[in-house]
Amino acid sequence: MKTSEEQREQLEDESQVYNPNPYQEEEDVEAISPWKDALKQLRKSPLAITGFLLVLFFIILGFVAPFVSPYEFDGDDPINRLQPPSADHWLGTDDIGRDIFTRLAYGARISLITGFTAVTGALVFGTLLGIISGYFGRWVDMLISRIFDILLAFPSILLAIAVVAILGASLTNALIAIAIINIPIFGRLVRSKVISLREEEFILAAKAQGMKRGRILLHHILPNSLAPIIVQATLGFGTAILEAAALGFLGLGAQPPTPEWGKMLSDSRDFIQLAPWTLIFPGVSIMLVVLGFNLIGDGLRDALDPKMKN
Amino acid sequence: MFAYTIRRLLMLIPVLLGMTLIVFSIVHLIPGNPAQVILGETATQEAIQQLEQSMGLNESFFTQYGFYLADLLQGDLGSSLRTKSDISHEILPRIAATFELTFFAMLFAIIIGINAGIISAWKQNSWLDFAAMIFALVGVSMPIFWLALMEQWVFAQELGWLPSSGRQPSTGQIEPITHFYVIDAILHWDFDRLIQVLSHLVLPAVALGTIPMAIIARMTRSSMLEVMKSDYIRTVRAKGSGQFLVIYKHALRNATIPVLTVIGLQTGVLLGGAILTETIFAWPGLGRYVYEAINHRDYPVIQSGILVIAFLFVMINLIVDLLYAFIDPRIKY
Repeated sequence: MKTSEEQREQLEDESQVYNPNPYQEEEDVEAISPWKDALKQLRKSPLAITGFLLVLFFIILGFVAPFVSPYEFDGDDPINRLQPPSADHWLGTDDIGRDIFTRLAYGARISLITGFTAVTGALVFGTLLGIISGYFGRWVDMLISRIFDILLAFPSILLAIAVVAILGASLTNALIAIAIINIPIFGRLVRSKVISLREEEFILAAKAQGMKRGRILLHHILPNSLAPIIVQATLGFGTAILEAAALGFLGLGAQPPTPEWGKMLSDSRDFIQLAPWTLIFPGVSIMLVVLGFNLIGDGLRDALDPKMKN
Repeated sequence: MFAYTIRRLLMLIPVLLGMTLIVFSIVHLIPGNPAQVILGETATQEAIQQLEQSMGLNESFFTQYGFYLADLLQGDLGSSLRTKSDISHEILPRIAATFELTFFAMLFAIIIGINAGIISAWKQNSWLDFAAMIFALVGVSMPIFWLALMEQWVFAQELGWLPSSGRQPSTGQIEPITHFYVIDAILHWDFDRLIQVLSHLVLPAVALGTIPMAIIARMTRSSMLEVMKSDYIRTVRAKGSGQFLVIYKHALRNATIPVLTVIGLQTGVLLGGAILTETIFAWPGLGRYVYEAINHRDYPVIQSGILVIAFLFVMINLIVDLLYAFIDPRIKY
């Protein structure tokens, strides 16, 4: 005699393998797969492609930084200080003779890693909290939602400053601060998606089959919430890079001689008139990489939104 | 509407309490001994003990939090470790300075943003639409501190058209009445001074208002495009109204409703962004106050500055939410 638990597991397994007409279903899935459809739409969007190329350019620049430049990012050269762009120094030198192109290339690496790590951290914790809050409801939802409300009550850069004021100024702490301020953004997004999915028929069907909560969350709710999470994460990359640069600019992020773009801008303040290239290039780099992520994010949002297809 | 207002006000209580708890915890979450961190590594044991005593750090966490809340309710924000002055007195003129800057930044963002969005929707898919939206996209992606520095370089240092920093010329300071210098200049009936004050506002307000301007432009465009497809607009057109009248008299009113929410949210962004802009333009507002406090590890000022900015942010959002319910009769709360 099977226990009810075993029967339930068997039912779950059967629900996974049962397919009355496998060929037909595969064809249908091929025809309506929203992801493939979105990718097709994305390929047609010139703005999204431009964004992708911009981001790709900075990723490559960050990777090849040590190979394309003969200079060290922290190599002082007082004789060649504040040199304008030339064949030797493509983007000029800063106030202690460091090559700006080399520093920008290494800075690309720092900015992208900061953006990626902060957004991934926020995404993981935000998604987890959002799912728990949305699915379990009641006091759990109440508690988590109020925490989100409180965190969102602070302008984001201000909350980041508060976190750095506690932990101390460093790139790692700036990264933690950026992750923390982005958690409620992902959390709220996922929570609202989970609440709308919770009452869908396919979730009720899974429940009726006796599927466990964890399995429903992981196999049904999470995959169906992915589209807005991906869009938010892409847009979040750009925001995280801007926030890291802002903290670096205020002296609360990367510390010297780390070639972080925000810090480079803050160092250039005293030489704007004398050497404007120390100001222009780091700023343009931040703008282009953020623009790249925003263009991809916008493209993805349009591609994944069924309303935009018309 | 009345019930909604009451409900919205009640919802504010846990948020405000949570905010004070977070801000209060800043000092207590510092790894190690907070008094040692505040005074630096060279501080004597006696000085550390004295600071612990004056900040009440020897008491239990909840006792300290209780005292902190009681002081806040009486408008007492503590005193600055650096200047030894009462923070409540120091902060008031700075709130006025930040409000003045934020107001003009938002004014710039609304006027340019809404009109750019309208033109973009009006001439949809034209080069004008494309240019406005690229401009908006670039605006959203731009670090405002970089834009501020570029403005300072081009318009103040190279061209010399506008002052590069401060709220007014260093010679012949205005006698403050309200601490809003634009209003003070008008109250003094001093129009030369008014022009000087306004000219000091241009660069920081444009730098601060650029991101909200871009976001408002994008929001207005999509909102206008949606409204323009609605039946009542078709009816207005059928009655023979010109395009200008259709857009500015009929479509804009409904299209502004979602834009209003964006404006509310962006005001908070402006308050946060003020830290960067005020630092660059030496604007004596709340943001610069917090920035200077961070550099001097003046934690009571950091706490109070953050709390006041967050409080203003929450209040602005409350007003926008209530306005939203008031303006849009279709929404039932």
